[in-house]
Amino acid sequence: MGLLDKEFSDNNILITTTENLFNWARLSSLWQVGFGLACCAIEMMATSASHYDFDRFGVIPRPSPRQSDVIIVSGTVTLKMALRVKRLYEQMPDPKYVISMGSCSNCGGPYWEHGYHVLKGVDRVIPVDVYVPGCPPRPEALLEGLLKLQEKIRYESITKKNNEIV
Amino acid sequence: MKSFEEISELLKNNFSDIQFEFHPEAKFEPYILVPANKIDTVCLFLRDNNDLYFDSLINLSAVDDFNGNKIKDPQGNEIMQGGTMSIYYHLESIKFRHKLLVKVIVDRDNPSVNSVTSIWNCANWHEREAFDLFGINFNNHPDLRRILMPYDWEFGHPLKKDYQNPEFYQGMRVPY
Amino acid sequence: MSIKTEEMVLNMGPQHPSTHGVLRLELTLDGEIITKVVPHIGYLHRCFEKHCEVMTYPQVIPYTDRMDYLAAMGNELGYVIGVEKLLGIQVPERVEYIRVIMAELQRIASHLVAIGTYGADIGAFTPFLYCFRDRERILNLFEITCGARLLYNYIWIGGLSHDLHPDFVRLTKEFIREFKPNLKELNNLLTFNKIFIDRTANVGILPLETAINFGITGPMLRASGLKWDLRKDDTYSVYDKFDFEIPVGSGKMGTVGDSWDRYYVRVLEMEESIKIIEQAIAQLPDGDVTSAIPKKIKPPVGHIYSRVENPRGELGYFIVSDGSTSPFRVKVRAPSFVNLQIMDELCRGHLVADVIAILGSVDIVLGEVDR
Repeated sequence: MGLLDKEFSDNNILITTTENLFNWARLSSLWQVGFGLACCAIEMMATSASHYDFDRFGVIPRPSPRQSDVIIVSGTVTLKMALRVKRLYEQMPDPKYVISMGSCSNCGGPYWEHGYHVLKGVDRVIPVDVYVPGCPPRPEALLEGLLKLQEKIRYESITKKNNEIV
Repeated sequence: MKSFEEISELLKNNFSDIQFEFHPEAKFEPYILVPANKIDTVCLFLRDNNDLYFDSLINLSAVDDFNGNKIKDPQGNEIMQGGTMSIYYHLESIKFRHKLLVKVIVDRDNPSVNSVTSIWNCANWHEREAFDLFGINFNNHPDLRRILMPYDWEFGHPLKKDYQNPEFYQGMRVPY
Repeated sequence: MSIKTEEMVLNMGPQHPSTHGVLRLELTLDGEIITKVVPHIGYLHRCFEKHCEVMTYPQVIPYTDRMDYLAAMGNELGYVIGVEKLLGIQVPERVEYIRVIMAELQRIASHLVAIGTYGADIGAFTPFLYCFRDRERILNLFEITCGARLLYNYIWIGGLSHDLHPDFVRLTKEFIREFKPNLKELNNLLTFNKIFIDRTANVGILPLETAINFGITGPMLRASGLKWDLRKDDTYSVYDKFDFEIPVGSGKMGTVGDSWDRYYVRVLEMEESIKIIEQAIAQLPDGDVTSAIPKKIKPPVGHIYSRVENPRGELGYFIVSDGSTSPFRVKVRAPSFVNLQIMDELCRGHLVADVIAILGSVDIVLGEVDR
C-alpha cells in the first residue's frame, strides 16, 4: 500500500537512506501515553473513538509512559500537577515528542490572568513540539496537529541532536 | 413541613440560654444567626429532634465579609485588619421537606469555630476546604489539613480578598 | 510458627488510565484486601471561585461550563436560575422549554460517557465505541444550535444566545427514532452480560442511612432505594408540566445499593429523558428567546442558593451579591466533591480490582471536584 506496493513485484530490493527508513517507521506508529487532564481529554477520547479514528494513523493509547513515544498534554496543568508531568516526561525513552493540546496547556487558557494555581503553559516545565489551539480543539484540529508532528519527524536528522531539556 | 416561624419557636423554647437572632425579613432566604461556640449543640438538636429531623447538610460555605480597616503592611501592599467572616450552613430534612439556613459570624484575624463533622459526615471535606482557602480553624475536626492547594503551600489562604500571589513556587514562575 | 506481616501502601497516582482524570488514591493493603483508602484531590484546582469575584455576571457563564465538562448545559442552567431569581426577571415560555430539551439531551450524552468508560474500565471495550457513536449525534445537534461541541456558553441570563435552528426538531426526532433500538442493543451487550454482573453485583453496597448522612445525591442515592429527584421534589423551570418516572434501585441482580444498581439507574434515566424530550418538542410554544435579556445586570444586595439536578447529583450555587456588577462570592456545591468522600466506607474489605468497579460507579468528574 503506497510505499511498498509496486516494489516487490519486480524484485525484492528496496533502496532508501537510513534516515528516511527510520523516520518513516517512527512517524507511522506513534504510541501515546493516555494522559488526559480536563475537558480536552474528552475531545481526545472522541478522536480515538470510531467517528474520527486515531488508529488509522497508527496511534494506540498505552497506559505506561515507559512504552510510548508521544505525550499529548490535554487540559489545564496546575502547579500541583506540573511536577508529576515533568516526572512522566523524564520516564519516557528517547526519541520522544510532546503535543500540547488546547489553550490551557499552550499558555494558561482562560485562567491566565487570575489563576493563582494554574501553570501558564506546559512549556514552562517540558519542551513542546506542536501546539494545537482551541478551547477545546475539534477532533479535526487534533488530527492536523498530529499530521504536522509527522511532517516534523519526516525531516528529522538522526545525526543532529534535538534541543535538550531546559 | 414546618415554616420558619415554627422552627424559630422550637429553638427559642429549647435553648433559653443562647442568644439567637432571627431574620425572617431577609429578601430571598430567611436565616438564623447562632453564636460561634454553640453551633454544635444547636446542630445536634436540629438533627435529632423528632419534629425537625434535619438529617442532611446540603452545603457549608465560608464568606470573607471584608469589612475591617485597610492598612499598608511593611512591603507596601494593602491588607485588612479586623472585620468578620461568615459561615453559612444549609440544612434540609428529606422526611419533612423543610429547609433552613443557619449563619455564624467569626473574627477575621483568628477565625475559629466548632466542627459539625461528628453530626453530619458530609461536612468533613467542606470544612477542610474552608480551612484551606480561608484559614478558618475547626475545633475537633478529625483531619484538618489542606485539600485543594499543595500540602506545602506557605503563601497564605487564597480566597481572602487581600491575598497576594507569590512570584515563584518550586522553581516555576506563577504569574503570566 | 508465625509469619510477620505488614500492611503495604500502594499509590494509584494522578496519571492512571482508570481514575477518570487526575485523582490520586492511596490504598493501604493487607495482601490483596483493602483496609483504608485516602483520596488526594486538588490536581485540577483552577480557581473558579476567585475568577467569579472579578468577572461580571455574564462573563462567569463560560467558566461554569468548564467545571463539569460533561454536563455543561446543567452547570449554566443552575447559575442562570440563581441570578434570575436575584434580579426577579421572568423568562418567556419558549426559553424554558428549550432549556429543558438541552438539559435532557445533555443528560443522555453524559450518561453515555459514564456507561462507556465504566465498561472500558471493567474490560469491555466495544460498548465504549457504541456509546461514543451515539454521543456524536447528540453533539451534532448541539453544534447546529450554538456552534460548539463540548462547552457552549448558550444559556444566558434572561434567555438564550441563539434560537433553535429550523432543522433542529426534525433531526432530534430522527435521533430519538434511531436511539431506542441502540439502547436495547446496549442492554444486551453490557447490562445483562454475565461477566459484567459478576464483577459489579454485591460490590460496594451503600446503605441508605449512610448515604443521607454523607450528603450523597443523584443516581447514587436513588440506587440505594430513595425516590429523591430535584426535578420532582423541588421543581425548577417547567419540569412540573412533564410526565416521567424516577427509577430507583431494586437489588435485581444482587443487593439494593450495589454497583450494578447504580449503573442500571443511569440506563433507565436515559429512557426517561427521551420521554421528556418527546413531550417538550410536542408542546414547544413560539416566542422570542432574546427579548428578556437585561442590558445592565446589577442585582440588589442579598444571597441565594439555587440548585438543579445534574447527571451526577445536586449541583448548587450559593451566590452573594453586594450590589455591583460582579458577584461578591460564588460557592459551588459540586456533587462529585461530596460523593467522593464515600470511597473509604465503600472500599473496606474489597479487593484491589473492586476499587476500579466502585470508582466507576460513583461517576466523578475531576473538573467539578477541584473546581
